[in-house]
Amino acid sequence: MKQLQNFTKGIIKENPVYILLLGLCPALGVTTSAINGLGMGLATTFVLLGSNIVVSLIKDLIPAKVRIPSFIVIIASFVTIVQLTMEAYLPDLFAALGLFIPLIVVNCLVLGRAEAFASKNTTMSSIIDALGMGLGFALALVLLGGLREILGTYSLFGFKFIPGDGLLVFVLAPGAFIGMAYLIVLFNYLKKKTT
Amino acid sequence: MEYFIIALGAILVSNIVFAQFLGICPYLGVSSRLSTAVGMAGAVMFVLTLATIVTFLIYTYILLPFEVTFLQTIVYILVISTLVQMVEIILKKVSPALFQALGIFLPLITTNCAILGVAILAVQNEFNLLQSVVFAISHGLGFALAISLFASIREHLDLMDVPKSMRGAPIALIVAGILAMAFMGFAGLV
Repeated sequence: MKQLQNFTKGIIKENPVYILLLGLCPALGVTTSAINGLGMGLATTFVLLGSNIVVSLIKDLIPAKVRIPSFIVIIASFVTIVQLTMEAYLPDLFAALGLFIPLIVVNCLVLGRAEAFASKNTTMSSIIDALGMGLGFALALVLLGGLREILGTYSLFGFKFIPGDGLLVFVLAPGAFIGMAYLIVLFNYLKKKTT
Repeated sequence: MEYFIIALGAILVSNIVFAQFLGICPYLGVSSRLSTAVGMAGAVMFVLTLATIVTFLIYTYILLPFEVTFLQTIVYILVISTLVQMVEIILKKVSPALFQALGIFLPLITTNCAILGVAILAVQNEFNLLQSVVFAISHGLGFALAISLFASIREHLDLMDVPKSMRGAPIALIVAGILAMAFMGFAGLV
């Protein structure tokens, strides 16, 4: 039961983007379409999963004083793995996400989970926590990306359902900020409803 | 002229906050008062310039000759964390008041994507050292411009009757969206 709660808390109650306001830069920067949001969400989930597993395994070996630098090195290694793999096998997605792939390393969400959860819990709970939080993050990005794609180009996942050009402003920078503002309001409402 | 174009592009056209979405965390976090916002902007500008110079030298003279450019992310983040630690120690000695005001956000400069982002962008654009310095300083100025504009608006926002559900982060993001729209007017300038 507790494990299930660890898994589902990331979706609404502690949604990393809309409730905890973590990882806003990639959430605003890459979500010009739903598919970009999904790609970024999955890449971050992989890094989160890898770093949570390693941190929870070696948490007793790391001296408390150098804990944060050690976590950062672990995270940076997984980011490099994602970066090289994506560049080799998914060059289109890599070009679309661009700078934000190496920037996963400074995503407060990843370091935050390593420090707040994985360094205090067992490996199994850390895996579940990483999957739940990663899912919440991916969901948040797909939602914002979907919203901007629907309003901006009248299409979803590249499938066009209304002819016409759409409201270009939603694909550009202002749409990211305004779309996210309303999604935060929505998630605050949902959180209040469910608790 | 070339440096002027780099600077203008970085400050106005592709503003670090409004067009590139870097450094959003401090942008939303320490912008409730103008005085702290200016302090934060100063700290970011200083670390940004220093980090870009150091990472540029490391990239050109260590990573490239030894053909280990794939280590870029790991090396950069370690260099930046060390620099931030240094700035923190110096600030604590030189200006305790500013240190108190910035509080928890100073260590957070490490996980500020603006610093790492600009350092990587400078290498990606294949700038030389002087161009990178101009690039970094103007990105810092762009951040300072964005955060001080935003902080002054937020000080006024406190006195406004904002709908309850929109208070805090949502209204701040809407303001940011409108500012971003204004900055879009600079597109095509360079």
